[in-house]
Amino acid sequence: MDLRLPSKVLEHILSFVDSNEDRNSVSLVCKSWFETERRTRKRVIVRNCYAVTPEAVARRFPEMRSLTLKGKPHFADYNLVPDGWGGYAWPWIEAMAAKCPSLEELRLKRMVVTDECLEKIAASFKDFKVLVLTSCEGFSTDGLAAIAVACSNLRELELRECIVEDLGGDWLSYFPETLTSLVSLDFSCLDSEVKLSDLERLVSRSPNLKSLKLNRAVSLDALGSLLRLAPQLVELGTGSFSDKLDQEAVSKLSQAFSEMKELKSLSGLWDVLPEYIPLLYSVCPGLTSLNLSYATVQMPDLVELLTRCSNLQKLWVMDLIEDKGLQVVASSCKELRELRVFPSGAEGLNDTNVAMTEQGLVSVSEGCPNLESVLYFCVQFTNAAMVTIARNRPNLKCFRLCVMEPFAPDHKTQKPLDEGFKAIAERCKDLQRLSVSGLLTDKAFEYIGTHGKKLRMLSIAFAGDSDLMLHHLLSGCESLNKLEIRDCPFGDTALLENAAKLETMRSLWMSSCCVSFGACKLLSQKMPKLNVEVIDEHPLETRPDSSPVERIYIYRTLAGPRLDMPEFVWTIQKNPEIGVSHLAIK
Amino acid sequence: MSPEEELQSNGSVASSTRNIVGVLKEHNYLGLSDCSSVGSSNLSGLADDDKATISLKATELTLGLPGSQSPARDTELNLLGPAKLDEKPFFPLLPSKDEMCSSSSHKNIASGNKRGFSDTMDKVPLYTEKNWMFPEAVVATQSVIKKEVAQNLPKGKLSTTNNSSSPPAAKAQIVGWPPVRSYRKNTLATTCKNSDEVDGKPGSGPLFVKVSMDGAPYLRKVDLRSYTNYGELSAALEKMFTTFTLGQCGTSGATGKDVRNETKLKDLLNGKDYVLTYEDKDGDWMLVGDFSWEIFIGVCKKLKIMKGCDAIGLGMFCFLLVMPLKSLV
Repeated sequence: MDLRLPSKVLEHILSFVDSNEDRNSVSLVCKSWFETERRTRKRVIVRNCYAVTPEAVARRFPEMRSLTLKGKPHFADYNLVPDGWGGYAWPWIEAMAAKCPSLEELRLKRMVVTDECLEKIAASFKDFKVLVLTSCEGFSTDGLAAIAVACSNLRELELRECIVEDLGGDWLSYFPETLTSLVSLDFSCLDSEVKLSDLERLVSRSPNLKSLKLNRAVSLDALGSLLRLAPQLVELGTGSFSDKLDQEAVSKLSQAFSEMKELKSLSGLWDVLPEYIPLLYSVCPGLTSLNLSYATVQMPDLVELLTRCSNLQKLWVMDLIEDKGLQVVASSCKELRELRVFPSGAEGLNDTNVAMTEQGLVSVSEGCPNLESVLYFCVQFTNAAMVTIARNRPNLKCFRLCVMEPFAPDHKTQKPLDEGFKAIAERCKDLQRLSVSGLLTDKAFEYIGTHGKKLRMLSIAFAGDSDLMLHHLLSGCESLNKLEIRDCPFGDTALLENAAKLETMRSLWMSSCCVSFGACKLLSQKMPKLNVEVIDEHPLETRPDSSPVERIYIYRTLAGPRLDMPEFVWTIQKNPEIGVSHLAIK
Repeated sequence: MSPEEELQSNGSVASSTRNIVGVLKEHNYLGLSDCSSVGSSNLSGLADDDKATISLKATELTLGLPGSQSPARDTELNLLGPAKLDEKPFFPLLPSKDEMCSSSSHKNIASGNKRGFSDTMDKVPLYTEKNWMFPEAVVATQSVIKKEVAQNLPKGKLSTTNNSSSPPAAKAQIVGWPPVRSYRKNTLATTCKNSDEVDGKPGSGPLFVKVSMDGAPYLRKVDLRSYTNYGELSAALEKMFTTFTLGQCGTSGATGKDVRNETKLKDLLNGKDYVLTYEDKDGDWMLVGDFSWEIFIGVCKKLKIMKGCDAIGLGMFCFLLVMPLKSLV
């Protein structure tokens, strides 16, 4: 009896399989399932743009409608990756334009996107709908104009924290009068003022507009008129919240806010003056997401706001909230799932708020039963606090603690923070992402290696004592996918001993560690499926094998060595004749 | 397609990959098969106190560097040197914590930066020891160098480096620390200075002018002050408007310029089909190139790339129409 499903039936079944993880499993069953799956996959995610060639992706998924790409390593966010390293969107856009002209959605993160790229998108994809650029750079507002003018079915245009060459606000005027399909517009990272009348007209002819994130240049007054035109907004990012308004304008704005019955997410609030905080009270009870991380609001005003946000699930705030404010969060925001507290000091540690300590996080961990994701910048911390947090919240999935003073021990006991992170790793069985900081010995990493079985991403800075640290992690953390390390004293041994592990991970980043050039060469030789990139802006004239490298970025790839490496990136393919001389096999 | 898939479709699913890892662990990557068993047995014996009998020296991490050798590290220059490999287990075990505490920090500089608590107390951070080890890397890594370090370290070399990079009083900045995105840093910095912001920029600020081109659906803008001569401006405009003249986009920085396209565009711009014109303060349209660059940016209000035939009426001499823009430098 032939048990094979007719492909049409299989296709129909697969149309219900949405998650890519499931689809990946489906594609492994047998060749015919692989074929059917690949022909029907609409949404493709490539988390390392150099892991595979654009042509291979386009060939495999001809029906692709949505492509998500990530380029530079995460530490590029903190200026640890030199400019010009790579992550260019162009080859992908070119390939998709040729092979998948029905592409509708493009989401890029940490990639270099030029105006040519944007023009190519505008020219090549007739039904282009969604462009989301996160932490990208390399383009100007002229490129945005190209998208605006040409994409007649545009639904989403979002620029999240991109570095854009801002040549003025004209780009907005290029949205044609016929464009009525806009659902989401985010230009919060741009500087220049856009023409208000153009913006108003765009908003009024976009009945489906659900998300609008303005830039700082949009005044408070302008906000009022925009809100009146779009009371249906679900997500709002305000512009500057600081103009002086007269009484009438204030009450009109207050009225506009109270009309917004659907509002769930609020952000922006740049320069917000305390006297305008009450304007937001009416929307607070409905909010599930509040981003105050750019709002220099002090604690008393914050408290007033937060007591009203009983449905809040996501809160991003600066350390101006202080322990007291976090206590209020703990008692008022019972639905809280994600908390991020950013440092308010612009430079260095001296400006940091000292009224916020580990106690704030402890309170939130006590009061908020659904808390699962934490990013917390704090000057110092204690083991006891972490133990308490772990005990309170074993459901934590993401715990990123940044003790801002490097090597800071437990400020009460002066011991390393090993025990604290041990508690986190041990109790939080579902922990997937962890960032450690403060004074840590190899023991901490032994604990993490022993307990962090579900850990997928780990970030480490200024920690550990020796190779053992890396060895514990690479041999213990079974699910480890991304590891990024800076300024830690381990070296070649652990890396080479655990080389095989690297093929099971997406990437490994190490900067300012003790890895030698020779080890990099050896690793490259032994592991052809990895790209071992040595990134050295100040290489020695002749690189002896014993010389340390500034940074290494190792990632598995099917695409082989990349062709767009700048001078300061070395891989073994660049100098294949440099063999493994005296390091060699005995 | 994700790398995971390919990895899996090659026949090894996640669990078998782990098996491979297990298998591979038995093979020493430095090819020393006789040490491999040592390696694997040590795997299980990690926490075993017996291992503490391994001498401290054997557990030292060494990376010999030009000029950075201390007396304590004479023989152990190269981690991967053959002699070393024989004696050393593949993941050096730390001595017990007590031992670590009591050992002097500075002697351990050579031993892979193991720090005692005395280190912490003295606030001699790990990275400064590293700086000592990798003098060249100091510049590159720009790690923090605290003031107190200078007197603690034995090497004159480091103190030189220290002095050059540490500020006298406050803590120096570390690159990328605390890990806050530049976007956020810049935004907050602007917030602080908001009240001081001046709207009008002085003469040294950017000077944007609109650039239009016959047949193009939208304008571009260029900052005239970002160029120093006509040649640069011409090159930039060529790059920008390649799309329209050739019906395809120019290349990104990734693969470099397409020489063929560049030449074609140059031909197009330089007299065959298009000319570059500008509108001056009086509203007159002139051909670019008459005046010196400095005067030009003073009077130019708008730029326009016109078709050659349209520009004839501007009354310039014929030879200007065919002269390559670049030669006007």
